[in-house]
Amino acid sequence: MKFDQPAGQNPIDQLKVIGKPTNRIDGKFKTTGTAPYAYERHDAAPDAAYGYVVGAGIAKGRITAMDLTAAKAAPGVLAIVTADTAGPLVKGDFNTAKLLGGPAIDHYHQAVALVVAETFEQARAAAALIRVDYARDKGRFDLDTALKTAPLKGDDDKAPPVHRVGDFEKAFAAAPIKLDALYETPDQSHAMMEPHASIASWAGDKLTLWTSNQMIAWGKGDVAKTLGIPKDDVRLISPYIGGGFGGKLFVRADAILAALGAKQAGRPVKVALQRPLMINNTTHRPATRQRIRLGAGEDGKLTAIAHESGSGDLPGGGPETAVSQTRLLYAGANRLTSMRLAVLDLPEGNAMRAPGEAPGLMALEVAMDEMAEKLNMDPVQFRIVNDTQVDPEKPGRKFSQRQLVECLRMGADKFGWSQRNAKPRSVRDGRWLVGMGVASGFRNNITMKSGARVGIDKKGMVTVATDMTDIGTGTYTIIAQTAAEVMGVPLEKVNVLLGDSSFPVAAGSGGQWGANSSTAGVYAACMKLREAVAQKLGFNSADVEFADGKVRSGNRSVPLAQAAGDAGLSAEDSIEFGDLAKKEQQSTFAGHFVEVGVDAYTGEIRIRRMLAVCAAGRILNPKSARSQVIGAMTMGVGAALMEELAIDKRFGFFVNHDLASYEVPVHADIPHQEVIFLEEVDPMSSPMKAKGVGELGLCGVGAAIANAIYNASGVRIREYPITLDKVIAGTAMVA
Amino acid sequence: MKAFTYERAESPAAAAAAVAARPGAKFIAGGTNLLDLMKLQIEEPVHLVDVNRLALDKIEPTPDGGLRIGALVRNTDLAADERVRRDYGVLTRAIVAGASGQLRNKATTAGNLLQRTRCPYFYDTNQPCNKRKPGSGCAAIGGYSRQLGIIGTSDACIATYPGDMAVAMRVLDATVETVQPSGSTRHIPIADFHRVWGDTPHIDTNLQPGELITAVTLPKPVGGTHIYHKVRDRASYAYALVSVAAILQRDGSGHVAIGGIAPKPWRVEAAEAALPQGAKAVATRLLAGARPRPDNAFKVPLVERTLAAVIAQAKDAA
Repeated sequence: MKFDQPAGQNPIDQLKVIGKPTNRIDGKFKTTGTAPYAYERHDAAPDAAYGYVVGAGIAKGRITAMDLTAAKAAPGVLAIVTADTAGPLVKGDFNTAKLLGGPAIDHYHQAVALVVAETFEQARAAAALIRVDYARDKGRFDLDTALKTAPLKGDDDKAPPVHRVGDFEKAFAAAPIKLDALYETPDQSHAMMEPHASIASWAGDKLTLWTSNQMIAWGKGDVAKTLGIPKDDVRLISPYIGGGFGGKLFVRADAILAALGAKQAGRPVKVALQRPLMINNTTHRPATRQRIRLGAGEDGKLTAIAHESGSGDLPGGGPETAVSQTRLLYAGANRLTSMRLAVLDLPEGNAMRAPGEAPGLMALEVAMDEMAEKLNMDPVQFRIVNDTQVDPEKPGRKFSQRQLVECLRMGADKFGWSQRNAKPRSVRDGRWLVGMGVASGFRNNITMKSGARVGIDKKGMVTVATDMTDIGTGTYTIIAQTAAEVMGVPLEKVNVLLGDSSFPVAAGSGGQWGANSSTAGVYAACMKLREAVAQKLGFNSADVEFADGKVRSGNRSVPLAQAAGDAGLSAEDSIEFGDLAKKEQQSTFAGHFVEVGVDAYTGEIRIRRMLAVCAAGRILNPKSARSQVIGAMTMGVGAALMEELAIDKRFGFFVNHDLASYEVPVHADIPHQEVIFLEEVDPMSSPMKAKGVGELGLCGVGAAIANAIYNASGVRIREYPITLDKVIAGTAMVA
Repeated sequence: MKAFTYERAESPAAAAAAVAARPGAKFIAGGTNLLDLMKLQIEEPVHLVDVNRLALDKIEPTPDGGLRIGALVRNTDLAADERVRRDYGVLTRAIVAGASGQLRNKATTAGNLLQRTRCPYFYDTNQPCNKRKPGSGCAAIGGYSRQLGIIGTSDACIATYPGDMAVAMRVLDATVETVQPSGSTRHIPIADFHRVWGDTPHIDTNLQPGELITAVTLPKPVGGTHIYHKVRDRASYAYALVSVAAILQRDGSGHVAIGGIAPKPWRVEAAEAALPQGAKAVATRLLAGARPRPDNAFKVPLVERTLAAVIAQAKDAA
């Protein structure tokens, strides 16, 4: 199905199933331990041996010698994979560094060996017996140093590195009110619960990988490319995923090493990346250095906006696109955005939930708060004054839907914003200094081609099969809701099969495109199936109604089961998106409101309450959408207050590489969260008229917290995370 | 994890003798720290002597009005004990400020005293660490040291003792009771239990090889307001950046010990005389000779500020 005209009235608009708060259909499996994750597929590969990964002990250089003698002789050892035994491996399209290092080492904890043994304990013990000698090279580990000579860089190789509208410099110079400030965001880790994990099994030349991966088709392609085998010989199976946040968009060392280990050992092999390896072995969100300049008139209207960001990555990597939202969020006639990309020899950077916007808004929305204060304006009002209904770079192009102002107004009302004292450090509750902060949330809506196959059997059971993934977001449920709505059956009559590369290729889970795109693909397949049903029954498909498990046309009504017959019926289709996204800008918006307490003595910061008001198209399942947003808000608390990969600039690695030292929020950090979704349908986005929310919930949260801390304590901190040491450095103790 | 042999001890003295008889042997009780370290091969015992079934799990009154806490009393049970909550509140508060409910159910009194540092370089076996591998150097000095020590450290090691319970025991003037491989017993004041390790940071405590902790005794209660204030980046499940264990009296006198800054719970009795003069006076004396690093210099003002918070809280309570 080609989607190149705005969606008209369609079966989704019935809203009998779509739009209803619905428990996850996979919830009972997850909560009873009957949803097996990749590493638990004993049923599929009962004789799997265990692999244990050895990570490089240096950041840059080469292996000069590797002594495997003791490891080979250790009890239970079946095989040891190294660059020497693996044969030539091609780097995957989605990897920046090779997944198996040696002799050259590109980053710390790059895999250099996999030890395969009968038991996990034997593999681990043998791995410790491998002796590796290295020759270290001097690496580039300091972003600030590297940025001094870093070139400009666009979003990708084709995109221009600098975007200009009007004459920023002139307008900024002329502006009566100005801000010029630097902001820093640190490297961050996805830190999802389930590690990267795979079981590999070969049958002749054919490889099956039970793995944990967000993007099945990308993964299948990169496994084939890396191993130098035809794509058709690779099958990926990933029906349940214990979190990804972008860390599992790409095939990682667990999958490739399991495949190589299984080949070498002649039996299935399972590999889970050890937790202490995950941070340096896999991808992370790159640190940024951002300069923001804002110029405004006395009326509070922005006349000049510049946002320049620098980040670093391994050679061949990409920038953290932290300026992208600044091109679209606020009006202003004179604009400049640009990025620089430095070469670093730290582990590779890549997408983490809301790449670009998450760190970009952590800077921009603090700058907006600072500017509002200079203007002596309320920060909510300042944002409203600078709203735009059109793309500020191309004023002829409007937003398909844009309810930022409504989000901010509703949020201010529900949160009690009028109670905020604009003067910092003026509200006290016992030993706590209390403050409120606001930020705009913004994340673009991306659409991706997505396919599905839908069948009906003789019992009237509808089965959807697609290689779409559910990374804990609720995809199973919204796909079931979509099929139930279109086919006119109750939710219990829909069976959803996901995450198998033998199913039609779907959008996958990333960039908050999954929900809208994958359900639109299911919609397309269901509409095709409806035609097949109508045709089989000899109904005129234009006036057929699918409801209550029956197909009706005029006064004829046939149960769906009967229509399917003994052989059943099925149809496959994809949604393919035309250029509607070019005609009108599709984005999602939020207003984030936060109240914090700052300990007047110790500078400890604790969140007191949070509210997000979101406008993101049709909300397919308000229950799982709310879960997505509160999860993202929680991640925003981590980003604002504690998450930072600490770099050892001498040795070139992230030092705090486990969950004891890389802190993410715990329950006690999150006292009270509210989410409100505004009514919205967006016919430009898809037949579902939906957009994504999974990343929107994170975008802007960090800045709202930073602004609340300023309001509470009077300390403006521009380097994240905002930890108590930075607070006490900026404030005298008031007992 | 290296392969090891295992035995279950029949008596404290037999356990001590069994460990003394095998170089490289260790006791195991709750295992909440030792097992993790064994998996990473930071600890590589050749033999484990399991002391869990020794009858050391009672909390009993002592003849002089104190409490004797068996070495195997689990953290959860110790924190919940009515007498502890009533008379030694700082101890309950310190224990529940640490770890998680699950870990506290398993962790023992003696094991908690023996937990090892959380320096990230100690945990990464690719890195030099004098505590893990004597003579290999210290990667933390000049590296990432936000969590690490500011006083009592050395040029060989800037790690900290990471726990909470022992900080409270230090302010309570607890005594550690042990049995030697010979069967003789020893009473070690908590002040002398953990070492300021100098150039031998691989030795955390003054226990001798094979010496087994059998109990910790608390002296007669001293009354006062008991406070444990633990400062950290997140609200739970994190080691202290700085913690203060305090027993403060209505007349402004009292005792304070600091966690998170040194190889041992840090207490300077002479500094306590300055308590009536306020936090700054105490902190200045407590931290005389401190050698903070750029990453952890904030701990110096943080000690003073946390002391101020504690003193203010005690005044509110009084």
